[in-house]
Amino acid sequence: MGGAPRIEQSVRAFILNDILEGQDPGELTDTTPLLSTAILDSMATLKLVLFLEKEFSISIDAAEVDAAHLDTIELITQLVRGKTAGTGPDGSA
Amino acid sequence: MGLHNVLDEAVRGRPTHTAIIEGGTAQRVDYRRLGRLSDRVRDRLIAIGVEPGDRIGLCLGKSACGVASMLGILKAGAAYVPADPMAPAARGAYVHHDCTVKATIIERRFEAAYREESGKLGRLPDLIVVEASSVDHLEASLDELDLQSPARRGATVDTAEQDLAYILYTSGSTGTPKGVMLSHRNALDFVDWCSSTFEPQPSDIFSSHAPFHFDLSIFDLYVALKHGGTIVLIPAELGKEPQGLAGLIAQHRISIWYSAPSTLNMMAQFGRLQEHDLSSLRMVLFAGEVFPTIRLRSFKQFVPAPRYFNLYGPTETNVCTWYEIPAVIPEERVEPYPIGKTCSNLESVVVDTKGEPVAAGEEGELCIAGGNVMLGYWGMPERSSASFLPSRGDGRRWYKTGDIVVLMEDGNYRYVGRRDRMVKRRGNRVELAEIEVCLNRYPGVSEAAVVALPDELEGVRIKAHLAVGGVRRPSLVELKTFCSQHLPLYMVPDTFTVHDQLPKTSTDKTDYQALKTR
Repeated sequence: MGGAPRIEQSVRAFILNDILEGQDPGELTDTTPLLSTAILDSMATLKLVLFLEKEFSISIDAAEVDAAHLDTIELITQLVRGKTAGTGPDGSA
Repeated sequence: MGLHNVLDEAVRGRPTHTAIIEGGTAQRVDYRRLGRLSDRVRDRLIAIGVEPGDRIGLCLGKSACGVASMLGILKAGAAYVPADPMAPAARGAYVHHDCTVKATIIERRFEAAYREESGKLGRLPDLIVVEASSVDHLEASLDELDLQSPARRGATVDTAEQDLAYILYTSGSTGTPKGVMLSHRNALDFVDWCSSTFEPQPSDIFSSHAPFHFDLSIFDLYVALKHGGTIVLIPAELGKEPQGLAGLIAQHRISIWYSAPSTLNMMAQFGRLQEHDLSSLRMVLFAGEVFPTIRLRSFKQFVPAPRYFNLYGPTETNVCTWYEIPAVIPEERVEPYPIGKTCSNLESVVVDTKGEPVAAGEEGELCIAGGNVMLGYWGMPERSSASFLPSRGDGRRWYKTGDIVVLMEDGNYRYVGRRDRMVKRRGNRVELAEIEVCLNRYPGVSEAAVVALPDELEGVRIKAHLAVGGVRRPSLVELKTFCSQHLPLYMVPDTFTVHDQLPKTSTDKTDYQALKTR
């Protein structure tokens, strides 16, 4: 099932491996601001969105690509969880 | 004739035509209202004692309120100084302090931080506060001020062409931004060249993607107004959403697009362009950085019909060379297109390190003379004169662009690189030394060196190297957060590497070449 811990883990892994390129994870907590600190720049944010759409079979609106929805791992997890509620990670019920 | 006079013909001739569409809210402002509102800003500024030559700050989100304010400032004979509202408040307060603005037109949401940061510098300009950045709120603020003390309906101040029109601050290698002073003549020369080169029509719908503190905005605003066209203002938040941008082009039938290549690249990769009707586009202009040909081809495949132009020029000269991209880009081409030929209103020369002209085909620094060339840097007379060639006895002021070019056999200039440590990122100028000054203020950092490496996808990646004394090494998150509090986001390095000490050359200088390989 696509529960919050699995979402959170896979988002964290994606940011650490694909965007921060193996840098010291240091203090990348669930509430570390990502967009407003340029930890994710605009290009990296779009890569994250593509990843989320593919990984969780969801669609993210243009209006959701902002700090209000994606600034922390916690917010990202909430957004994904809201969109996958009632379905498994592969889109099955 | 002043820059603001470009508005006059449309206000008289087509007052009910839409001058501005707010990209965020779709609110429309016609020419009559824009003209009237800019008159009211002029009258209010004169009422508070603004005199010709004064500087007036702007700290506003992107909206018609900002355009009306800029025009009103020019009509009062003053010069406008836009702050980047997305950058840390200290930066905006600094630039307005540096050029001693008499007053600042500011949005409520930026007011508290601006007051605090200006207070630290010891001087707060008069503030004209608008609740939010919209024409309705600007009118409400002016109404309220009129109730307190009515502004007398005045007349537009006579402007000489050499008078200062606006100051645009760009990244400075000493650690603080420097103000490029541009006159009415500078802007009008450029606008007139655009008229004859691109022949815009009153039916054209112009994008306005660049922020007001960016010189691309001079084209978006004044060329559009001069020809009685319509401007679609794109707010900063929307400007980073590729799908939203594609939707905006389709919704408002934008016909002339102008932005940095990185925005077009982002749209091609993430904008789902095939789902949008972009057939209204008839010209796509880009400037500010090199457009990798593979990325240009990719965008052009989605949007093949328009004419494409590569425009080149630093803030100090606005556009000074241009090149029309061929209708078909050969599959095998990877080399970037040239920056092209000198604009017809300007002259160019390529010089060696001694300031002597080089032969065609040889590398040298591009220098530009003519009506577009800036007055100088605000408050930096030595820096200003150092940016021009010593007098060549030809009566011209030759601005040294810092860009290394080659004049090719077909008469086009090919861009080679920079002679200094400035790089372009998403169209913004970044002095690597300014980032180093910031990093050196981080507690425990004993040395900082920043290098830029080319990146096929993003154009350039900025890597910071730090030597840190003491036991605890700062984390990436701490360093990114610190930088984002002191620098605009486009200047925050992508990566940070902490060393015990930085590599040195035999003369004990930081070995930047070695750092580029790490």
